[in-house]
Amino acid sequence: MSSTTNTTTIGTIGAPSRRNTELAMLIFAVLIPVFAYVNVGLAKDGSVPAGVLGYSLGLGLLAGVAHLVVRKWAPYADPLMLPIGTLLNGLGLIFIWRLDQEPSLGKAMAPNQLMWSTFGVALFLGILIFLKDHRVLQRYTYISMVVALVLLVAPVFFPGVNGAKIWITIPGLGSLQPGEFAKIIIAIFFAGYLMVKRDALALASRRFMGLYLPRGRDLGPILVIWALSLMILVFETDLGTSLLFFGLFVVMLYVATERTSWIVFGLLLSAGGAVAVATFESHVQTRVHNWLNPLELVNGGVTETAQAMYSFGSGGILGSGLGQGYSRLILGIAPKSDYILATVGEEIGLAGLMAILMLYGLLIERGIRTALAARDPFGKLLAIGLSGAFALQVFVVAGGVTGLIPLTGMTMPFLAQGGSSVIANWALIAILLRISDTARRPAPAPAPSTDAEMTQVVRP
Amino acid sequence: MNKPLRRVAIFCGLLVLALLVRVNWVQFVQGDELKNDPHNRRVAIERYSTPRGNIIVDGKAITGSSTTDSGDFKYKRTYKNGKMWAPVTGYASQAFDANQLEKLNDGILTGTDDRLFFSRTVDMFTGSKQKGGNVVTTLDAKAQKAAFDGLGKQKGAVAAINPETGAILALASTPSYDPSTFAGMSNKDAEAYNALQKKNNPDEPMLNRALRQTYPPGSTFKVVTAAAALENGLYNDVDSSTRSPLPYTLPDTSGIELKNEGNIPCKNATLREALRVSCNTVFGKISADLGNKKMKAEAEKFGFNDPGINTPVRASESIFPEDNRPQNAMAGIGQASNRATPLQMAMVASAVANHGKLMKPYMVDRLVATNLNVVQQHTPQEMSQPLSPENAQKIQSMMETVVKSGTGTNAQIPNVTVGGKTGTAQHGENNKDNPYAWFISYAKTDKGTPVAVAVVIEGSDTLRDDIAGGKLAAPVAKHVMQAVLEGEK
Repeated sequence: MSSTTNTTTIGTIGAPSRRNTELAMLIFAVLIPVFAYVNVGLAKDGSVPAGVLGYSLGLGLLAGVAHLVVRKWAPYADPLMLPIGTLLNGLGLIFIWRLDQEPSLGKAMAPNQLMWSTFGVALFLGILIFLKDHRVLQRYTYISMVVALVLLVAPVFFPGVNGAKIWITIPGLGSLQPGEFAKIIIAIFFAGYLMVKRDALALASRRFMGLYLPRGRDLGPILVIWALSLMILVFETDLGTSLLFFGLFVVMLYVATERTSWIVFGLLLSAGGAVAVATFESHVQTRVHNWLNPLELVNGGVTETAQAMYSFGSGGILGSGLGQGYSRLILGIAPKSDYILATVGEEIGLAGLMAILMLYGLLIERGIRTALAARDPFGKLLAIGLSGAFALQVFVVAGGVTGLIPLTGMTMPFLAQGGSSVIANWALIAILLRISDTARRPAPAPAPSTDAEMTQVVRP
Repeated sequence: MNKPLRRVAIFCGLLVLALLVRVNWVQFVQGDELKNDPHNRRVAIERYSTPRGNIIVDGKAITGSSTTDSGDFKYKRTYKNGKMWAPVTGYASQAFDANQLEKLNDGILTGTDDRLFFSRTVDMFTGSKQKGGNVVTTLDAKAQKAAFDGLGKQKGAVAAINPETGAILALASTPSYDPSTFAGMSNKDAEAYNALQKKNNPDEPMLNRALRQTYPPGSTFKVVTAAAALENGLYNDVDSSTRSPLPYTLPDTSGIELKNEGNIPCKNATLREALRVSCNTVFGKISADLGNKKMKAEAEKFGFNDPGINTPVRASESIFPEDNRPQNAMAGIGQASNRATPLQMAMVASAVANHGKLMKPYMVDRLVATNLNVVQQHTPQEMSQPLSPENAQKIQSMMETVVKSGTGTNAQIPNVTVGGKTGTAQHGENNKDNPYAWFISYAKTDKGTPVAVAVVIEGSDTLRDDIAGGKLAAPVAKHVMQAVLEGEK
């Protein structure tokens, strides 16, 4: 690494903090959803919606406060993540509000989502203010593991919703998807564990058929995690979360050990697991069947998979316009959460959908860049783990809704309706920002050494 | 750790790239297909979001649109005298799609057709709502009414054509249905629709008998057989003896006799006489003498064995089969595997009436945009020449004899030359089911030949002789011809 490239590592030259860039982009990130809001109102009833002032102020305030806190507590943080998060969250609110206008899709959810977004931003601020250094998290490696396991197992004791047991219900508060939080916490555990074990995993291994096989005691936890992710899948019928965790672990292992054999292992294990589960889990079989036959009629009726495909197709290149699509046709499962991309595709078209996917791509790219820039292995692993998880989630959800891969029940980060999701993703952004702040902060100038006196030029 | 990080970065990039490719595939490559998929409800919502254009007869709309409050759909189709016009219009239903003219011209009627691009663009700039264009038919309301009323409670069909152009003037089918009853999407509409289905209603009211049902044409087919005899030079003079034996044994059989209906003078009868009293023996022998190939060739010139007769609603294929000798002899008198639609038999009469020239039948004269610009105009087309003008003349004179003093006297119209042919087709094994009463005819004035008609009535259970066609079907044909002639004046 050359020390002159400011973005990848630290030089003593101060890197530009880019806070003003962030502010400029935040203005766009607030204005675009506000215009979209007005647009939906005009399209639906021909008038500017009454809530537009409150909404703009609210979103502007959230973004503004977040920006000030970043300016104060993480001045060298990446300038793109906060605007992208704000824009996606803001657009998500608009789409949910737009879907609230369809009475057949159930009760209004945008106000709740706005509340959860506020909580999310509050957690974001809290993390930035109180987590002065991400390396503190390293201390909680094993506690994290326990917490993550508890969170993952908890939904087993609650009734399933729509065929997947991924919820815990708290009376009076509503339901929570602990998997979303477990995603972050398990990344912390993996990062801590792997930082300690990476040498053992990478070096203390036997060569077998061209692959490096690690020792049993190092391999053990990996197999445990693999088994666990399968168990989640079997007991909670949560295809997405198990895929996410397993992928996350393989990616982090690969990065930690720099051994390609882990990838091969991971693929073999996940393929084996997927086939094994698919053979006896009818839920999974149905999903795969729907994926292979998206337009099939069931009992003479059109399936949700087909409805989503029709939404995308009808949107075409430029879309029908905000508020002018027929998203109400996607009844049944979650038009406001899992299937929200179908509405995006229909109403802002291929162009808009690609723009949104690019935003996700950009956010992932900034996360990986943070991992590259981080100087400590824990920070690197944590950053790649979080961005990897984010990338996998985006891929699994968007791929599922557009019919690229079988559908799994997960939410589109920021865009989809869901309290746990939006809070967890704001926390994820906060941790990434913290790592990038540490990574890009200029090294303190070396303290003047008392031993070294200025060299005197001795005159003859 | 940076090398694997870069690889992970590439991997994540590939994931996003895969998503981008996928959405391009779905929204751009497959977009139109998905957008227009019949199961995509948006298609129906779009179709019923504006008042549909109309189907026009004699300058008046026989369809309309009314607003509904049934969920997604704003407008629904209404029909004026739907029962009478159903075989022409077909139906357009919010819940059950559309068929026939409504379906074939859906683009024009809903206003989405590419040919309406210009008027749509104008509408867009002037801010007026998209409206559908109109379909102007060739039908004659009076003739249609005469046909529909003439059929009355009987099961049957009428097809009337203008022989000079091929324009369809009447197209009736009974029992019929009113497409208005299931134009919407309520439970009541569904009930009405289900009650009309074949499994719930053996009378099949939704079957368009004039175009889509084939019947054995019976003795009316003897006109084609006579044409084949003249065209192939088997006989040249319609008034000289045909040297036909009575009884006549079917070829290649051990003495199976072809019978006539009753005791009629068929031995060595002339062609004219044979057609006048409808001799099975004479025409069976002609068919056998000419052979299957020549008979088939002549029938095909009249439009048999053509699966693509589009009016633009497609008519079912009428069949003159490739067959062995005894069957071929039977086919020559319109029995055995010989099948024809009422439209087909009207085409036979019209070719004879139009000096041997068969015009392509059509029922849509023009498609017009909302601003009355003509989008598409039909020009009459010649389909074939099954007869030379001289031979057509001969057959005309034979058919006119049938009406003047033969089995078809019920079709006589004062001061008008009418030519016709009756038929009663046996139906079912050993003739156990009710036969079909047929009548084909044309009417000629000094100005020309404005109409040729074919009538078929199922279930004339009391009458089994060849007079049945004359008794039941001929009066219907007469009224249709009269209606057209009155319009001509």
